Amino acid sequence: MVSDKPIERSRVNNRRRFLADTARITCGVAIFGLALGLYSKQGRSLPATALRPPGALSEEDFLGACVRCGQCVRDCPYPTLGLAELGGEVTVGTPFFTAREAPCEMCEDIPCIAACPTGALDPGVTDIDDARMGLAVLVDEENCLAFLGLRCEVCYRVCPLIGKAITLEHQRNPRAGMLARFLPTVHSDRCTGCGKCEETCVLDEAAIKVFPIELAKGKRGSHYRLGWGEKQKAGKPRVSGIIEPPSRRPEARL
Amino acid sequence: MSTNLHPGREATAEKGWLAAHKWLLLRRASQLFVIGLFLVGPLTGFWFAKGSLAASMILNTLPLSDPFIMAQSFLAGHVPQTTALVGAAIVIAFYMLVGGRVYCSWVCPVNIVTDTAQWLRRRMDIEGGVRYSRRTRYWVMAMTLVVAFTTGTIAWELVNPVTVIFRGLVFGLVFGMGVAWVVVLAVFLLDLFVGNRAWCGHLCPVGAFYSLLGRTSLLRVKTGRREACDDCMDCFAVCPEPHVITPALRGADRGAGPVILALNCTNCGRCIDVCAPNVFTFTTRFDDKVDSHARPQSTVLSREVA
Repeated sequence: MVSDKPIERSRVNNRRRFLADTARITCGVAIFGLALGLYSKQGRSLPATALRPPGALSEEDFLGACVRCGQCVRDCPYPTLGLAELGGEVTVGTPFFTAREAPCEMCEDIPCIAACPTGALDPGVTDIDDARMGLAVLVDEENCLAFLGLRCEVCYRVCPLIGKAITLEHQRNPRAGMLARFLPTVHSDRCTGCGKCEETCVLDEAAIKVFPIELAKGKRGSHYRLGWGEKQKAGKPRVSGIIEPPSRRPEARL
Repeated sequence: MSTNLHPGREATAEKGWLAAHKWLLLRRASQLFVIGLFLVGPLTGFWFAKGSLAASMILNTLPLSDPFIMAQSFLAGHVPQTTALVGAAIVIAFYMLVGGRVYCSWVCPVNIVTDTAQWLRRRMDIEGGVRYSRRTRYWVMAMTLVVAFTTGTIAWELVNPVTVIFRGLVFGLVFGMGVAWVVVLAVFLLDLFVGNRAWCGHLCPVGAFYSLLGRTSLLRVKTGRREACDDCMDCFAVCPEPHVITPALRGADRGAGPVILALNCTNCGRCIDVCAPNVFTFTTRFDDKVDSHARPQSTVLSREVA
């Protein structure tokens, strides 16, 4: 079968070339894919100053849901929302705002959520007070004027949920003795993270800042139980038969 | 293959410049029109089209969205809301009718960049470059879907030149595009020096996806007067996917129909423009008639005289 040899060889060559080409393409594309995957992992961490629009899903879900169309940005009536640009710190094309520059003005009709076609901004958020864009944290007690004993109160006054998300807690001023301090105190169950407080803080660098919630909040281990909470929940002491120790305070003798 | 530095010269001589650039001009107008639609809003306050190519709202009523991005989002673990799904359905239906890759040649802003690179490449007589299969794009497409699934993010949108450039144009009001210009430059240089039709013709997963939508498209280009073909090769020189022409144009002996049915024909119509004997026409996929009386006499004669 001498005559078959060239054909046989060309067939082998063809097969070799096919395998080599396939390997070339798959390897090239796979390396590209790997790079893209790793890059996307890195792009997932949001810088602490960038806040998502109201109703945004958790960052991980958001990056799978937001198609970067920018319709929320278009329908934001304030210069608040912008799209992340290529080469910036925030995942390219996604909407965010920076509280110190332009906070969320908390429109009652929430046009950004209404504009979102995919549900990356959860339409279940119908009351802007339920939005959780971040959480305000009084980060610098050393420079906050209220902590220094001055009656600043600006963050408290501008808070859209005045007296709820930020309250002023009265305290004796340890330095001046009898004078009071009025300390702005954030309540995480009401704070929407709109950023008005950070924007208006009178200091050169804000003493109160809004961070993404994961950064702003600690988390107790699930094994911690608050005794008073458990007692309230049960309506009675969790352990019965505890004898109250006799009080030795002066008024007890009366 | 010898390079054809000035394809369409004969057609221009015979039909006039305008007729020999008709579809090209219409296509550029269409691409600029799409960008313009999105720019009207930010410039005048009348929101004709709001959003970007990824998803948009036309006249505050008609939602449109990119089915490829929706597919990635779905694989990333998110079920898009009704608005986005309706938008994707409308887009799918449209491209199934007119041809999937009509998106590439009539809408996509990258096409302007790569066409320019291709034009310059021809003028500068740059040959060769990296060679790889045109099927690579389907592998890239599969890769983007796999990466979306494994990372849970729409990862391709981090680098997708189509949306990055379009967003830059529309949200940066063209001049404020910033770093997106780098992407324009990268695609341009890739197509100019690295490989012939490297991006749109070999790598782009968006085009690959849309080509699949065009499987049954009604609108097609037909080589109805293929017997009049004088083998000048101009159509092959200008076609972004020249391999699609051969089966129809040279398929008479094998009994192949005259309609170009290949998925990757972008319906750009440039072959119609540059063909002096008017072999090509736009028609439907069912129009199988061949103009058997076509003879290339007139063109051959006029060329010999010239």
